[in-house]
Amino acid sequence: MSDMSAPNPTWREWLLTDAPTSRRHARLANFYQGWLSLRSNTMAMFGLGILIFLLLVALFAPFLAPYDPFVQSLGNRLQPMGAEGHLLGTDSLGRDILSRLIYGSRITLYIVALVALIAPVAGLLVGTVAGYAGGWTDTILMRITDIFLAFPRLVLALAFVAALGAGIENAVLAISLTAWPPYARIARAETLTIRSSDYISAIRLQGAGALRIITKHIWPLCISSLIVRVTLDMAGIILAAAGLGFLGLGAQPPSPEWGAMISEGRRFILDHWWVATVPGLAIFTVSLAFNLLGDGLRDVLDPKDSGQ
Amino acid sequence: MSLLDVENLWVKFPTRQGVFDAVRGVSFSLDRERLGIVGESGSGKSMTGRAILRLIRKPGIVEADHITLEGQNLLALSEPQMREVRGQRISMVMQDPKFSLNPVMTVGDQIMEAYLLHNNTSKAQARAKSISMLEAVSIRDPERVMRAYPHEVSGGMGQRIMIAMMLIPDPQILIADEPTSALDVSVQRQVLDIMDGLVKERGMGLIFISHDLNLISEFCDRVLIMYAGRIVEVCDADKLHEAQHPYTRGLLNSLPRLDQPRKHLEVLKRDATWSDAQSVRGGK
Amino acid sequence: MTALSIENLNVWFGADHDRVDAVKSARFDVAIGESFGLVGESGSGKSTILRAITGLAPTWSGEITVEGKTLLGAKRDRAFYKTVQMVFQDPYASLHPRHTVDQVLSETLQLHGMQDIDRRVEKLLEDVGLGKRFRFRYPHQLSGGQRQRVAIARALAGEPDILLLDEPTSALDVSVQAEILNLLTDLRDEHKLTYLMVSHDLPVIGHMCDRLAVMKDGEIVEIMMSDDLRNSTAKHAYSQSLLAASAAI
Repeated sequence: MSDMSAPNPTWREWLLTDAPTSRRHARLANFYQGWLSLRSNTMAMFGLGILIFLLLVALFAPFLAPYDPFVQSLGNRLQPMGAEGHLLGTDSLGRDILSRLIYGSRITLYIVALVALIAPVAGLLVGTVAGYAGGWTDTILMRITDIFLAFPRLVLALAFVAALGAGIENAVLAISLTAWPPYARIARAETLTIRSSDYISAIRLQGAGALRIITKHIWPLCISSLIVRVTLDMAGIILAAAGLGFLGLGAQPPSPEWGAMISEGRRFILDHWWVATVPGLAIFTVSLAFNLLGDGLRDVLDPKDSGQ
Repeated sequence: MSLLDVENLWVKFPTRQGVFDAVRGVSFSLDRERLGIVGESGSGKSMTGRAILRLIRKPGIVEADHITLEGQNLLALSEPQMREVRGQRISMVMQDPKFSLNPVMTVGDQIMEAYLLHNNTSKAQARAKSISMLEAVSIRDPERVMRAYPHEVSGGMGQRIMIAMMLIPDPQILIADEPTSALDVSVQRQVLDIMDGLVKERGMGLIFISHDLNLISEFCDRVLIMYAGRIVEVCDADKLHEAQHPYTRGLLNSLPRLDQPRKHLEVLKRDATWSDAQSVRGGK
Repeated sequence: MTALSIENLNVWFGADHDRVDAVKSARFDVAIGESFGLVGESGSGKSTILRAITGLAPTWSGEITVEGKTLLGAKRDRAFYKTVQMVFQDPYASLHPRHTVDQVLSETLQLHGMQDIDRRVEKLLEDVGLGKRFRFRYPHQLSGGQRQRVAIARALAGEPDILLLDEPTSALDVSVQAEILNLLTDLRDEHKLTYLMVSHDLPVIGHMCDRLAVMKDGEIVEIMMSDDLRNSTAKHAYSQSLLAASAAI
């Protein structure tokens, strides 16, 4: 990305060309034009900024956090915001909330990244295969999808965690298992329209098999709408993870997961509101950032709009 | 005074590579006649039609010295006033009726809605009027068509319904943008005959936008030939085949003809000077 | 030997009372090196015949023979794809929106098991009158005519003998249509191709084809020489009315 945004005018011209000279050039130019239209969307850039900030915070947590997030200091418990040495106060065990928040961003990113890797990929596989194959394959795969869709998400996740045991990895797995069906539906719907298009007929007439058509021709078109959907769903995923944490089935104490922090702060919410509110605000901000970015990405990536 | 007078019309679209001029300084006037605008895709012919109704979407910009409808400058009107003009005084028929009709409303409801919007009358009266309009566009069984949904009617029928709808408020000008290019030749004929009859009967002005030179030359009184956002030539429609401009000649010669078989068709050689030349005035 | 022979072809869609008979008992032969046209209005079943030949319309009965080999069902083998190729109507829909010209052509060459792909891509582009500079463009960086040239290059990549042309110019401007038709004429001579061309445009068919079949409601009402078209000696009433309509407009 660094050379993309370089203010070098020749670079810019090279990237904005209508006649690329190599495969790499074509791809970079295409990428740059997408970046330009994303950049013109202020709200999306705002969301992206927040997320980059979150990424940096998670990366440099040990340097940024003023205290060890696990060290308790019972004499110093439930300090209000702005107390000396504790910008955001301390929780019921006297741990610094700011430090816990900073370390918690790692957990949040970890959950988000894992779910974002598992759920859409599973959905993409099921959806495109069902959509392209049609017939019995489609019926069976989609009925399975429907069964998963029929359960309330958090309840199903709860059941999985209960079966698998509490813990952050299991929470991720449970969330992924409940999150893939909508992606499968989207991917199938997209595949159905793509399947009947002339360019798929054309490649079939060159003797291409189903595997090649699905992976090389259908996936690239589905992926963009899935990426958009994933970013829009991120808020929900973070909230589900927080919900599981809140119910005591996700991250286990003393882990500084944001949802678990709210859960702990709940007991003091009337007298010491900041303990639950601060991680709540963090969840809100990150969710909002993902939503804004997702909205911007939709404008850039939607295959129906691009190319015109 | 002419019905519609357009002076120095520009349509601009700002893009990343700079401003793109879709229409560049076009001037013409329209009387109670059938005016054809012909050109290839990208020549700005559709944009001209839409710009008259100020239907160019943002970030597109419409500029003109004036667009005057019976002495009233349309560019000076507010958006609510412009809405009155659209439909009431100038109507537009688009290429594909499938996209212009609401798929979840019956044809009858849509026509009646259009009528009630413009006239303060009872439903029964609107219904009677709608049926008579459908009859006017040669629909044989208007009662049945009134009950049908858009997907239940054929393309030709859909286009006739659109024309009927557009004519309900009795506009002074009808702008038809490729109204028949989605239709089969035999149906094309019928739709054109209906439009022709209505325009003559009501003394309307018609702007007929098409890429089809033969169609335009047969159906219109006067033709503007557009190239790269400008008018390169104006001529009487029946004399289109004697047109002078090399672009018009090139278009005519590139058509395959049954009466003159040849191995290779003539290919249009574009000349940069065509797009630089001043736009020809399309007045009488 | 005929290049393509259609005997008693029926094509239908749907089943039971939803069944639509798109083609009914069609029968015609196309000789090697001949250009044969199918003319009719929308819904007459002319494109459906092409789709049945290529296996894109799986429900058909009758006999389709390509270079002496009889086809079965919807499955086509590799040899078929190397013999028969198709150019689609809408160049805006027949190219993958996320693939560059280079990707489209190299993948096709790969599928046909060609060697020396780099050189062949350039040769193909040259054959259809596009220079090297178009090689790495995406479809949205091309005009309609350029896209159709890419689609033709893709069809030629496997070096087929028979080209099925489904209204290849109806989405294009007349000046571009002339260029594409000229290109098709030249390619036919260079590569000794046989054309089966579908169009609603009688002058286009008259220009390109030696013989043609007029279709109406799924049936072939008349097969005639293009000269009959020119001399207006069509026999069937429907052909005459088509001719009259296209002459009038």
